[in-house]
Amino acid sequence: MKVRNFSKTTRSNLITYGMVIVAYIIVEIFLRAGMVSSLIEGLLVPLCVYVILAVSLNLTVGISGELSLGHAGFMCVGAFAGATFSKCVEEVITFGPLRFLLALLIGTLCAALFGILVGIPVLRLKGDYLAIVTLAFGEIIKNVVNVIYLGRDSRGFHVSIKDTISLGLEDEGEVIIKGAQGITGTPNDSTFLWGIILILITLFIVINLINSRTGRAIMAIRDNRIAAESVGVSVTKYKLLAFSVSAALAGTAGVLYAHNLSTLTALPKNFGYNMSITILVFVVLGGIGNIRGSVIAAVVLTLLPELLRGLNDYRMLIYAIILIATMIFTSSPGGQEIQERIKLFFERRKTKEA
Amino acid sequence: MIGFVSYLVNGISLGSVYAIIALGYTMVYGIAKMLNFAHGDVIMVGAFVVFSTVTGMGLPPVIGILISVVVCTVLGVVIERVAYKPLRQASKLAVLITAIGVSYFLQNMALLIYGANTKSFTSVVTVPAITLADGALVISGETIVTVIACVIIMIALSLFIKYSKSGRAMLAVSEDSGAAQLMGVNVNSTIALTFAIGSALAAIAGVLLCSSYPSLTPYTGSMPGIKAFVAAVFGGIGSIPGAFIGGILLGIIEILGRAYISTQLSDAIVFAVLIIVLLVKPTGLLGKQIQEKV
Amino acid sequence: MALLEVKNLGISFGGLRAVDDFNLTIEQGELYGLIGPNGAGKTTIFNLLTGVYKPTDGYIMLDGENITGKKTIEINRHGIARTFQNIRLFNELTVLDNVKVGLHNHHPYSTLTGILRLPKYYKVEKEMNERAMELLKVFDLDKEANYKASNLPYGQQRKLEIARALATEPKLLLLDEPAAGMNPNETQELMKTIRFVRDKFHMTILLIEHDMKLVSGICEKLTVLNFGQILAEGETGTVLNDPKVIAAYLGE
Repeated sequence: MKVRNFSKTTRSNLITYGMVIVAYIIVEIFLRAGMVSSLIEGLLVPLCVYVILAVSLNLTVGISGELSLGHAGFMCVGAFAGATFSKCVEEVITFGPLRFLLALLIGTLCAALFGILVGIPVLRLKGDYLAIVTLAFGEIIKNVVNVIYLGRDSRGFHVSIKDTISLGLEDEGEVIIKGAQGITGTPNDSTFLWGIILILITLFIVINLINSRTGRAIMAIRDNRIAAESVGVSVTKYKLLAFSVSAALAGTAGVLYAHNLSTLTALPKNFGYNMSITILVFVVLGGIGNIRGSVIAAVVLTLLPELLRGLNDYRMLIYAIILIATMIFTSSPGGQEIQERIKLFFERRKTKEA
Repeated sequence: MIGFVSYLVNGISLGSVYAIIALGYTMVYGIAKMLNFAHGDVIMVGAFVVFSTVTGMGLPPVIGILISVVVCTVLGVVIERVAYKPLRQASKLAVLITAIGVSYFLQNMALLIYGANTKSFTSVVTVPAITLADGALVISGETIVTVIACVIIMIALSLFIKYSKSGRAMLAVSEDSGAAQLMGVNVNSTIALTFAIGSALAAIAGVLLCSSYPSLTPYTGSMPGIKAFVAAVFGGIGSIPGAFIGGILLGIIEILGRAYISTQLSDAIVFAVLIIVLLVKPTGLLGKQIQEKV
Repeated sequence: MALLEVKNLGISFGGLRAVDDFNLTIEQGELYGLIGPNGAGKTTIFNLLTGVYKPTDGYIMLDGENITGKKTIEINRHGIARTFQNIRLFNELTVLDNVKVGLHNHHPYSTLTGILRLPKYYKVEKEMNERAMELLKVFDLDKEANYKASNLPYGQQRKLEIARALATEPKLLLLDEPAAGMNPNETQELMKTIRFVRDKFHMTILLIEHDMKLVSGICEKLTVLNFGQILAEGETGTVLNDPKVIAAYLGE
């Protein structure tokens, strides 16, 4: 029984990896055949970004059980760190993939560092307090990024929070981050293939983490903090670990996001709390703690508004109604009863046929 | 010095708006224990109703405000009945996502009706401004009305909760809804009443906010909504005086931060102060400390 | 030297003196009972022994080491494990994983080893599985290994908590009302199990219990607590016949 169960989780995980690879192959075939509209084609890399964000947030919300509303902030850190690096070394490292790989590492590490810095104070709080403070941190990161000016000349780097002039650059100096105007001209290193590879790596890290000693400790703390402490599991260590790994992967997604845009700015739309909430919606609708669900929900819910585009102005309204209806259907006593009845109906039909 | 005083007055004015929203938020949170992300959007609805009735139809402001309060009260009760009530036993996350759905719904409804363009809101306040210190300090009519409204609402709400039967029922339900039910409190109607009051306050706050800051879009409510929640947390969630103090302090910090530190960083400063307060006192300024029993 | 030595232990919550001048000495291998009316401060003593609360007075020595005021996880590493009056399992984890969390500190590998699935991961996980199954067999839970912990019936949940505590290889095991909510048959069986655990693992056990049949059946020594203070202590038979104890239990 034990052996069979073990292979059951492994099989389920293989299905998740396989799903991503199959999706990649299908999309590639359609792309080659020219059957993908430019609108959808433009969505491919963002889709990968959302999937990585959803999977990584599930680590915090589903596995660690902490409600974070600041995930976009870590994505923002990764995006700006990665893009800044790429801008700086654009002429030194001309081989795109290597440059992008290094940018990924740097963006991920910076986001991880922020994850630790934010996590240490925040994880002492609980529930809604934690949610509102992570939201606050996310907003602070976004706002601060908006006032940073970074320039470079022969004397090195210059930072200011006022304007470009106060950087005091030499004539041949170059402004890298231009406050609210962000970073322009980041090399376009992100591709759909990179996105898929990063999704697979993210899945590998998160799935293996969950099914290990560390993952058990994290989930034990989620289920019962006091009992976890009583068997010698360090609550602080594992909460922080889950939070910073989650932040790091959001940073990875940020780097991927940044290298897909010619201009990177920190707007409420892309790095504000609204983005964090969008990702949270993916996680909840995909199923708390369900990694494959996060992948599917991120894809479906990103494509849904696009598929509803024919309905023009009504599409976001319909999206909102679908959201409310889904939650009521899945989580209310009435909705669950209907689900039971549907299940029963199909079971009866099955027995009749048999 | 006069400059500082005038910023302070502006801060108290903005803070009073936050306080009114926070009062509603803290009551709803106390009872429903949910982050009601749609609360901010009710503010926006309130402002749009006044915009339609007063600017659009030319009704007198008082009538417009009354209609707005009624519309928002009904809206609040309907939202609770349709979206939140079925989820009372559900996980916190399910309720949170539903609230987000309601928020999207209200924003996009407004977007459909009014479009994305910023509407300029005509102030409904007719009280004249007061000029002090030989014209160096002008206190606008909006400020006067906002602050007075906030103080009246705070006092009225405190009295209502302390002395009326329904008010005490609210306290009971927020403490332990199961026990309250056993003691004969009608939990459903108490929760509905709380949402009604919270939404009515949101309507008033919306009108006052847009009278002072006269630009109105479908997204006008979301940031003030978040900030009001921050104010409620800041003062200690569930506490009426806490929400009042939290709101006023938040407004002052925001305006002073904008004036003396950085316009773009004023929100960041507000949030940073919240973080510091919560780290020092995890339940807010006036919140109760509850320890988990082993 | 005694395994556990508690001297003058006390704690106040606000103005309330919950435990006062509490002394306890338990020898290696003893089965010791802590009894008393509701609200006497029994669970508070467990919380003090396991670092959930920090004592305001006194000290706690475990196997010659001073563990007073240490954190819960450190105390567990020093060798005290416990169960809870209101069961605290990791509800969403399987029965097997509940025990494996107990094995956490004795079968370590790094997070990176786990993510990269290095050979050590497979080796240690195999050890953990074997050890956890051994423990589950002791409590007759091996067939339920892959059930979700919250799906177990009440009696089995109590047993799983003991198995999880034992997985941390403690020197002293604290059981907080292990028979609460069990029927007489289950209690009989539990008594056998507790004795078996003591004999097989050479365990020292301190338990809180209201079921007098269990207490008189397996405890060798008793301490009776009333209003946070010791009312009586000594051999089980003597203590239970003490008029003061009878009065406290039956009321005067």
